[in-house]
Amino acid sequence: MNSGLKEKELLEIWVKAQIASETLREDLMSMEDLRNESILFLREFIKASSKGNLTDIGTADYKPVVTLLRKISGNRAQAGFTPSETATFVFSLKDSILGFLQAEYKSSPEILSTETIRISKLLDKLGLVTFEEYARTRDELVKDQQDSILEMSSPIILIWEKIIAVPIIGILDSKRTQLIMENCLQKIIQTGAKVCIIDVTGVAVLDTLVSTHIIKTANAIRLLGAEAVLTGIRPEVAQTVVHLGVDLSSLIPRATMADGLEYAFRKIGFQVNKR
Amino acid sequence: MQKIPILKIGKNLIVSLQFDVDDKTALQLQSDLLQTISKTGATGVIIELSALDMVDSFMGRIISDISKMSASMNANTVVAGIQPSVAITLVELGLKLEQVHTVLNIEDGIELLTKLDRQIENDDSENQ
Repeated sequence: MNSGLKEKELLEIWVKAQIASETLREDLMSMEDLRNESILFLREFIKASSKGNLTDIGTADYKPVVTLLRKISGNRAQAGFTPSETATFVFSLKDSILGFLQAEYKSSPEILSTETIRISKLLDKLGLVTFEEYARTRDELVKDQQDSILEMSSPIILIWEKIIAVPIIGILDSKRTQLIMENCLQKIIQTGAKVCIIDVTGVAVLDTLVSTHIIKTANAIRLLGAEAVLTGIRPEVAQTVVHLGVDLSSLIPRATMADGLEYAFRKIGFQVNKR
Repeated sequence: MQKIPILKIGKNLIVSLQFDVDDKTALQLQSDLLQTISKTGATGVIIELSALDMVDSFMGRIISDISKMSASMNANTVVAGIQPSVAITLVELGLKLEQVHTVLNIEDGIELLTKLDRQIENDDSENQ
C-alpha cells in the first residue's frame, strides 16, 4: 500500500464508496470537500500505517491521523450530520481497504485473514475516535445553547434614560440569579442608570435562597449608586416571604411595574402628565 | 508607602484611589483626610474607586469609618464609581456600607453633595 499509484486507486474506491453510500449528505457537504477531506485523511493514514504499527493509535505516528479525524468528526457534528453519517467516513474506508486486500492476497488466504483482522481492529479504533469526538462536539453544542437560552431568559431592559427594568420569569435558581446580578450591574455602569426595577410578577416561588440573592443584588445596586425597586410581588409570594422571615427592606417595594416606573420617573426628576 | 493625594474643589474634597491600597496607606489616608477637613472646613468628601477591581474587608471598613468620622466633623461622604466586581465582593463580605452615600461617578457625587449641603442650609434657616 505504499506506492503512490495504489494510494490513488484506493482513494478512488473509497470516495466512490462514500458517494454510493446512503448516508451521503450532499446538502451539507460538497463533493469537492468530501474528496479533499478523503485525500488528506488517506495521506496521513498511509503515512502512519506504513511505519509498521497497525495496532496502537495512541502512538506519535498516529497523532496527525487522530487529530485530523477529530477535526473532521467535530466539523460534521456541528454541521448536523447524524452519528452514522459521520462514522461512515472511517467505516467506508475499512470496506475499501478490505476489498483492496482481497485482491492483493487472493493467492494466500492465511495472510489475507490476519491482515483483515489487523486492519479491522485499527479502523474500529479510529471509528471510536470519531464517535467520541462527535459526542463531545454535540455536548458542547447543547451546553452553548443552554447558556444562550439562559442569557436570553433574563434580559435587562433600558426603559428610559437612567431607568432599567429586569423582568424575571420562571424559576429562579442560584445560577440564574447570579447571572442576572452580574448583567444588571454591568448595565447600570453602561447606561448610568439611577433606578433598577426588578419585576417578579412571573416568579411562582420566592424561597430563602432566591430572596437572599435578590437582596444581595439590591445591595450591590445601591453600592453602584443606583436604587433597586421590587415590583410584582403576588399575594402568595408575599405570604411565603414573611413566613420565611426574609427581610426585603433593602428594596423599595411597589405593587406593579407601573407603580415602579412612576417612582423611578419621580426619582430622576421627570413628571408624567396627561396632555 | 504611597501617599494618596487629596484634592480640594470648592467645598468638597476628592480622593481617587488608583491602585490597591494596603492597610497602612488606608489608615494614613483616613487621618490625612480628617486633618484636611478640619483645615479647610470642607463639607463634602468624594472617594472615587472606579479604577479598583478589588476591595478587601479592611478597606471596606475604612470607608465606612471615614464616612462616620467625617459626619461628626460636619462633612458628608460619598463613594463614587464602585465597579460591579467590587460591589459583589463587598456584598459577599457582608459590608453593605449602609450609612455611606454611593453614586455612579464623580459628577453625580458633586451633585448629591450640593443637594445635601442645601438641605442642611434649609434645615438651619428653618430652625432660626
